[in-house]
Amino acid sequence: MNFKTQSSASVNVKREYKDSSVQRIYAMCLRYLYLLRSSWPRVVELAYWPTVQMILWGLISQFFAENNSWLAQAAGVLIGAVLLWDVVFRGQLGVSLVFFEELHARNLAHLFVSPLRPIELVASLLLISFVRTVIGVGVAALLAIPMYHYSIFDLGLPLLAFFANLLVMGWAMGLVVAALVLRFGVGAESLAWVVVFAVAPLSGIFYPIEILPQWAQTLAWWLPASHVFEGLRSVMFDHQFPMSLFYTATVLNVAYLLLSIVVFLYVFSVARRHGLLMRIGE
Amino acid sequence: MSLPVIAVEGLSKTYGSVAAVSDLSFNIARGSITALLGGNGAGKTTTLSMLLGLLLPTRGSIHLFGVDMANDRFQVLPRINFSSPYVDLPQRLTITENLRVYARLYGVVNINERIDEMLEALDLQAMRKRRYGTLSAGQKTRVAIAKAMLNEPELLLLDEPTASLDPDSADRIRRYLTDYKVRTHATILLASHNMGEVEQLCDDVIMLHRGGIVARGTPAQLIADFRRDSMEQVFIDITRETIRFPEEGPIEL
Repeated sequence: MNFKTQSSASVNVKREYKDSSVQRIYAMCLRYLYLLRSSWPRVVELAYWPTVQMILWGLISQFFAENNSWLAQAAGVLIGAVLLWDVVFRGQLGVSLVFFEELHARNLAHLFVSPLRPIELVASLLLISFVRTVIGVGVAALLAIPMYHYSIFDLGLPLLAFFANLLVMGWAMGLVVAALVLRFGVGAESLAWVVVFAVAPLSGIFYPIEILPQWAQTLAWWLPASHVFEGLRSVMFDHQFPMSLFYTATVLNVAYLLLSIVVFLYVFSVARRHGLLMRIGE
Repeated sequence: MSLPVIAVEGLSKTYGSVAAVSDLSFNIARGSITALLGGNGAGKTTTLSMLLGLLLPTRGSIHLFGVDMANDRFQVLPRINFSSPYVDLPQRLTITENLRVYARLYGVVNINERIDEMLEALDLQAMRKRRYGTLSAGQKTRVAIAKAMLNEPELLLLDEPTASLDPDSADRIRRYLTDYKVRTHATILLASHNMGEVEQLCDDVIMLHRGGIVARGTPAQLIADFRRDSMEQVFIDITRETIRFPEEGPIEL
């Protein structure tokens, strides 16, 4: 082993830095893509649950379609709903689980003594969550075409509106979960798996919001997902895209996303006050 | 007189009623290698964490290169770097992938060229495609040093830089750091439990005990002042409190 000294030429050059936010966000995305590339179980896991869900609900839909004329029309609603609900779930996990990777790698201190700003870390988490969701839900959506002759892509432009709204809702939940784990330690990690199930009954994924009790309906309308799934049923049954539902979901999502970013940044400053960035993951 | 690279004034950190660090004040000049010494719980890691901005002080101020770390730390962070055996790099990424990510975070120009230089300098070329998690503790330490040198830092903060290295590798790292300091006039602040290393490498020592500075000087000055034969004996005297500290502040030599 022989450690070599650097050439004086390289040392004498004036130190130059590229102070670029885009460059740092790209660096973090690169870090997460390297991780994804290095581990095939991670890639398989992305598509596994959406595919299993899609197969399960596809079979249920087929059974109903053969036994009930109303549901025969609606067979695609269940598969569409399950695929879209997974956008929320994958979006949330895409943020929180990727953040947990940093805790498990005990890498946070290295990241936050670099010029990486916390808001840039948030931006990279959101971007990588988008990539992971497209892979996960995309595989299941493509498999549904040969298996059940159902293509969610037939929804056309409304699909983009639904996807974007559900993804942003997942991001907001993911950031809050990440903030809680940053504050309370890796013992709080299980929140990543349970939070989304807590809001599922109120989201009207497989049934209209009107069947919920009145108090639950009031809560449900505060969830962007309820507006999206009502919109999905409207598109599929009535062939109409309800703009009011879309606008409400978008406004709620913008508010929740901003709030979740504020919560994450606040908890980050609390973590600096309590020395959690050095200790967490141990 | 040139501006100190590190200027710490009245720095304190308390957790509830426990004071981890109390009222630290010190300056560190450009181009020095300074050791921050003390027993377990003396406040070294707390002080390093505050200098790096990972931990917010309860009171006091830190200026690096004249910049207030409380308000403008992102102005300074590209000029400093850090390495610690207690902070890892992502295990599943290869050495090169890890360095590429950090080179981008630090805004390094000519990334591939710089990574090649660091791999060659720390004899890591042959294992550049190996995953960080598969490396031995000594190899990980060298990768962490490579990461810490990527941006050619003007201020390098090192927590036990040769922990887990065999004597040969440790000696090479020390010579590498000395050479780096001489060539670039960089400032190095390190925490170490290896007193031989401190005597060999450092031109300045800050001794911490119970969260405060109890002595400061060159290793030779401290050994002479405490009438001991080595820094190890000075260290033991201080941590076991077998010497009497002056009533008014640290022993300045």
